[in-house]
Amino acid sequence: MNLKAVSKPIRKKDAMALVTGQPVYMDDMIPGNCLIVKVLRSPHANAVIEDIEFDRALKIPGIEAVYTWKDVPDKRFTMAGQTYPEPSPYDRLILDRHLRYVGDTVAIVAGDTEKAVDQALKLIKVRYRVLEALLDFRVAKDNAILVHPEENWESLCPVGADNKRNLCASQVSGHGDVEKVLSQCDVVVDQTYHTKACQQAMMETFRTYCSIDQYGRLNILSSTQIVFHVRRIISNALGIPKSRIRVAKPRIGGGFGAKQTVVAEIFPAFVTWKTGKPSKMIFTREESQTASSPRHEMEVHVKVGAMKDGRIRAVDLYTLSNTGAYGEHGPTTVGLSGHKSIPLYGLVEAHRFAYDVVYSNIMSAGAYRGYGATQGIFALESAVNELAARLSMDPVKLRMMNMVREGQVMPAYYGETAGSCALNRCMERAGKMIGWDEKYPFQDLGNGKVRSVGVAMAMQGSGISGVDVGSATIKMNEEGYYTLSIGAADMGTGCDTILAQMAAECMECPVENIAVLGADTDSSPYDSGSYASSTTYVTGKAVEKACRKLKDQIVAIGAELLEASLEEVQFEGGGVRRLSDGKLATLQDIGTRSMCGSSQTLTVTESNSSPTSPPPFMVGMVEIELDKDTGHVEIIDYVAVVDCGTVINPNLARVQTEGGLAQGIGMALYENVQYNERGRLYENSLMQYKIPTRLDVGKLRVEFESSYEPTGPFGAKSIGEIVINTPSPALAHAIYNATGKWFRELPITPEKIVMGDKDGKILP
Amino acid sequence: MKIAVTVNGKRIEEDVPCDLLLIDFLRTHGCYSVKRGCETSNCGLCTVMMDGIPVLSCSVLTVRADGCTVETLEGLKEEAAQFGAFIADQGAEQCGFCNPGLIMNAIALFREYPDPDEETIREYLAGNLCRCSGYEGQLRGIQAFLQWRRKGDAKHFQDPSQRDDRGHQASHADSLLYQEGRP
Amino acid sequence: MLTIENYVKAGSLEEAYEKNQKKTSRIIGGMLWLKMSRMRVQTAIDLSGLGFDTIEEDDREISMGAMVTLRQLETHAGLLEYTEGSMKESLRHIVGVQFRNLATLGGSIFGRFGFSDVLTEFLALGAEVELYKAGRITLEEFSKMPVDRDILVGVILPKKIEKSAYLSLRNTSTDFPVLTCGVSMLSDGMIQASIGARPGRAVVVKDKEGILKDGITESRAKAFGEYVSGEIVTGSNMRAGAEYRKHLAEVLTRRCILKIGGGQE
Repeated sequence: MNLKAVSKPIRKKDAMALVTGQPVYMDDMIPGNCLIVKVLRSPHANAVIEDIEFDRALKIPGIEAVYTWKDVPDKRFTMAGQTYPEPSPYDRLILDRHLRYVGDTVAIVAGDTEKAVDQALKLIKVRYRVLEALLDFRVAKDNAILVHPEENWESLCPVGADNKRNLCASQVSGHGDVEKVLSQCDVVVDQTYHTKACQQAMMETFRTYCSIDQYGRLNILSSTQIVFHVRRIISNALGIPKSRIRVAKPRIGGGFGAKQTVVAEIFPAFVTWKTGKPSKMIFTREESQTASSPRHEMEVHVKVGAMKDGRIRAVDLYTLSNTGAYGEHGPTTVGLSGHKSIPLYGLVEAHRFAYDVVYSNIMSAGAYRGYGATQGIFALESAVNELAARLSMDPVKLRMMNMVREGQVMPAYYGETAGSCALNRCMERAGKMIGWDEKYPFQDLGNGKVRSVGVAMAMQGSGISGVDVGSATIKMNEEGYYTLSIGAADMGTGCDTILAQMAAECMECPVENIAVLGADTDSSPYDSGSYASSTTYVTGKAVEKACRKLKDQIVAIGAELLEASLEEVQFEGGGVRRLSDGKLATLQDIGTRSMCGSSQTLTVTESNSSPTSPPPFMVGMVEIELDKDTGHVEIIDYVAVVDCGTVINPNLARVQTEGGLAQGIGMALYENVQYNERGRLYENSLMQYKIPTRLDVGKLRVEFESSYEPTGPFGAKSIGEIVINTPSPALAHAIYNATGKWFRELPITPEKIVMGDKDGKILP
Repeated sequence: MKIAVTVNGKRIEEDVPCDLLLIDFLRTHGCYSVKRGCETSNCGLCTVMMDGIPVLSCSVLTVRADGCTVETLEGLKEEAAQFGAFIADQGAEQCGFCNPGLIMNAIALFREYPDPDEETIREYLAGNLCRCSGYEGQLRGIQAFLQWRRKGDAKHFQDPSQRDDRGHQASHADSLLYQEGRP
Repeated sequence: MLTIENYVKAGSLEEAYEKNQKKTSRIIGGMLWLKMSRMRVQTAIDLSGLGFDTIEEDDREISMGAMVTLRQLETHAGLLEYTEGSMKESLRHIVGVQFRNLATLGGSIFGRFGFSDVLTEFLALGAEVELYKAGRITLEEFSKMPVDRDILVGVILPKKIEKSAYLSLRNTSTDFPVLTCGVSMLSDGMIQASIGARPGRAVVVKDKEGILKDGITESRAKAFGEYVSGEIVTGSNMRAGAEYRKHLAEVLTRRCILKIGGGQE
């Protein structure tokens, strides 16, 4: 295929605006005189509001309103940005009398200035009935303390939820007789792995601006990945019709899944709806750290059974997931911990995957890049590395023997077939890049320092099969350029540009000729949003379909102009050509014609949903230098080879990968999450929650080994999420190779490396 | 308190509250490139030049800028576009929210160390956090820019911010997007 | 959120001192820590008009004004040479260049923060401080005093150090340290170590037992490291536990000693 726009390293359409600091984000483009909205947050992990007094707060000059639980509808909803009916339980009120974590919202204050609002917040007097809190998720199931005792709690989908048991979800699936196969195995690795509630920590915190437009409708301008879900959730929460709500997004300062939950929108929406006045809410970094939507903490118990020759025959995986105070994305993230780890191994004869998702009195979790797969892959890939050690086999050779291959059916992946898979080529190439055969397992440098290597594989999906909807509207304008409207949200990833590249390829024109219009519920075609690695694969296909139809329409008008039949003409980038004599009706001619006495539209909207979710695959290998005396780990070299199908934009795919690796490295080594005995989070700022700086990630090297995905646009699969999955297991493996200790809990800090026993545990 | 500050070449005289932070003062004067990413002086997003030195505007009292010269990206548009184009050519700008702070500090770096090596680059920019890019693309962009500047021959190395073969800044489609994209 | 009612750019030290006697007053340094507090400050006193922002060096000492920034210290050629790079090493991990362009020596020293690299390094170098009322005293003495309302005017490094080295261990490269260690050899041959981020304030341990008096070897360096580790009290916080800090004190001290001594058995 001779591609002109696709597979080219084209600059992001908004790039120059971003690097020159143009005012394109929410807080740069709204009127300065709107109400400032802030919330009072609970100091207790589990408490009931006995009494709340705010007369003095209201007297502060400039205070517009104070709202408490008495002012909001008593109808529960979920803030999870998911397709209706949401698997996440309806367990929220805008303000609840029952407070379920330190940071839960007690009251909403709106006022003219930040100073007035801050002052008012201090003057609200609350009498709490403090209850015993449930802080350990390992004992949450069937605990006497119920996080959601209320009668109007509701689960819309059959996910095994039961609020009277603190269960947000519970399920078992599998194939074959896993007990039997395990009993036949020569070696069974049986270990438990623990990952924490890492924060997305996008640079732009949660923020939303609301106003009432000239038609009396609530307009919401929000930094969100999911405009259409926001519309529904606000409608649910406020109890107002969707027809009265419009949601749009400006440029977004990063999302990574955080903004797939309606974290900030509800409060200013409520204020503006009540007061009729414009308002904004901007989360502080502390709020973003302590009252948001981080990764689900998970404990994954894995049993991997294999024969002496290395054949992996059975995987038994149980995940306990901590959804915290509310259930956003609880029932769905957990599924990926098994469904997107076990299928990496193609020879598995039997598997079982069971899980419980429990409520507890800490901040609720949400969606974060990798969405459960990250946690499951850390566990399973670590277990396979432990297996290799037990078998005294090279873990790369063990994987080459067992990995999933193109054409194989993946029973743990909903029975889908791997239609495109270059995992074997990824492994071979990564091995060559890092020099695996020479460097495995370690080299003692003799000065207290050791160099060692580690490896891991990963997969993800491309959209949610049978659920996600991507849509595109493409319109030809009179000068012959196109407008592409999408409901997917570019959060910096570059999907506006990638989709424009696809449109340009289809329309045989330069990418500059495609103007992209971002997400707005009034003007964009419906799209479930930018999450679940869906945009390139799902919405991309919609673009392809829409372009194909638009071409037909252009050809029809062109043929009319040329007085020829449809068979006698052909579309080409600049217009429609009559084959007999080569006469061209230019796009300009056609566009002009369509706007004068024409009843033929040059606008097409197409939707796409995929029955499958083809997994991208990748291999990550890392070389570290470990200081045995201090436990300090330095990343010397991280190589990643990715199979995301056809690479639509090599620059953007590469930077996606590098960014994902850096976040994964942060999760593996640095980003800690610690609560005190009263449920207060220590890592409540970027001063305490240490995301990696450019001195902490080492050298990252990324290459692509493309397969061709027959169901994807131009053969593409996803890339956004998979890239975060390898660092944790690969680094844990390298650290084992340097120290002989297995670390099964993240992050692996220098202290643990020095003080931990062979199982990485520090004894009290 | 009454102060006089020169912001991007324009003198501003104003009575400001004693606890007004420079970042907020600058944003109310239209310098929207200056971003806030934290409250703890850790992220580097709010970097501006004060009397030519890169500082965190979130940690400077406006009254302390009395008599000073402050520069933000709005005042360094050409330099920003020239260097930023190299970041854009890597796709490393990503969400863009950290870009103004990074580019301000990179400009400071290039002024202090005209030809920095990799270690100097990493150390100097360590206070500029980025959650999207993994930093590697930024480094490639910086090195490409330095190489371009070293060669310095305008005939052979056209300023990439002015180039129009790779989706340049002022294409018709783009300018439309920015107009229509605004609420 | 921090609120400030009045801002005074002091015209003299006496004015600053008088204004600072009220509990609701604050001398502002780099503003970095003060900004994060939720304090209500009645009067913020700025010393930046008084010119304490230079580093001066003569044969006997290097003296630095309280308003000198950490970045000035880090890039000062005289300090770089005198400390053999240990000054730079102690500063370069502190957040970032833009931060160190604001953070002042006075603010860092006066706060006597437990996590302070600056305090650790200056203690190791045997610094003295100049206070407006109390006059010139050793930093070691000052570091043990409670925070009062005197004004720190400057810091002085008497040139009595032959060699120095600095190391810290951090969970990430620009995070607060898990442990800091500065070591120096005085002109009379005495070696001292300063250990900070224990997580309490840095303390000085001198080689009173003469472990290193006959020269530095690997085994003596180790012995001195163990001695220092035994002399200090460590605690636990969110970054690490007391026992690991004890261990690090030995490791970092040993390495610093070997750095200043060459390290042959």
